[in-house]
Amino acid sequence: MNSLKDNKTTEKNKQKKAILRDYLIMGVALIAAAAILLILPERSGAVLNTTKNYFIRLITILPAVMIIIGLFSVWIPRSTIIKYMGKTSGVKGILISLALGMLPTGPLYIAFPMAAALLKKGAKVSNIIIFISAWACIKLPQEFVEIQFMGINFTMLRLSLTIFFVIIMGIIIEKIIKFTRKNPELIKK
Amino acid sequence: MLNYFIKKSIIFVDIKRLLAFVFLIYSVVKNRDKTKKALKIALKTLVKILPVMIIIVISIGFMLGFLPSGIISRVVGEQAGFFGVLVTAALGSILFIPSLISFPIAASLLDGGASIISVSAFITTLTMVGVITIPIEVREMGKKITVLRNIFSFIFAVIIALIMEIIL
Repeated sequence: MNSLKDNKTTEKNKQKKAILRDYLIMGVALIAAAAILLILPERSGAVLNTTKNYFIRLITILPAVMIIIGLFSVWIPRSTIIKYMGKTSGVKGILISLALGMLPTGPLYIAFPMAAALLKKGAKVSNIIIFISAWACIKLPQEFVEIQFMGINFTMLRLSLTIFFVIIMGIIIEKIIKFTRKNPELIKK
Repeated sequence: MLNYFIKKSIIFVDIKRLLAFVFLIYSVVKNRDKTKKALKIALKTLVKILPVMIIIVISIGFMLGFLPSGIISRVVGEQAGFFGVLVTAALGSILFIPSLISFPIAASLLDGGASIISVSAFITTLTMVGVITIPIEVREMGKKITVLRNIFSFIFAVIIALIMEIIL
């Protein structure tokens, strides 16, 4: 119990150090940027304008994104996702995998152990592939940022195409895996 | 083109904020403690990501301000053709950037003259193909699924980009 607590505190310290390091790097970058603009003043107008423009676009959307990430992580814990993924198949399975993958729950490398656990529990390969892919590239809060920067047309088109191809990819990969299981002599990899 | 996109999305910007706001009110009404925890997580995430965001925004300013106009469009724009698409798709596969940050980068490439096909290939491979995370993926999911998933994701990312270029 005690060692577990120690582990947690060292983990927290590590995170704090990483954040501090990021802010240090940011400070150095700011100083370097200011120095370059002072040496080459003829370009500073364009650079500052663009920077300001992008900064405003970013800062006006970030609070909403962060609040949604925070709310989801509190209201829908990871255990819920594992419970619902289960063994469902067919169209329902596909839709559930897509929906659960889209929830804002963290970076992709967290999804791998979850997906592995689900596979062992008997979830379909196609659903797992759909789940991982949706997790990777169709995150709800991220899409707000995409709309902000790329526009609604670009975002919606890319999203619908991605969903379509992710489903196809899941089905293809499942077929290939089943085929290689039936014909083990064909595997060369 | 981008300006047109921005103007069109203004209405939706407000819907996004409204959505966050409605969620928040609902959460406060349902459970105050949980909401407090959620806001703490939100603030922590913001603090964590802010320095990276600012560095990226400054880099974008310098890239668009200093790179001679035309160089981006020559490497990943219309003139580059299909090779430019493969370059950005490969770049997106190798780089390890949170997708939250990839959108301002993608928008700046578009501003600088990159083609829609290159930019969308970049975004899609950036999120779906992860060369750096392959060791973790192999350990958890096995070699077969990992190889198949990454190869197919790359191919489909290029196909998605092609279709987007045709439609937009």
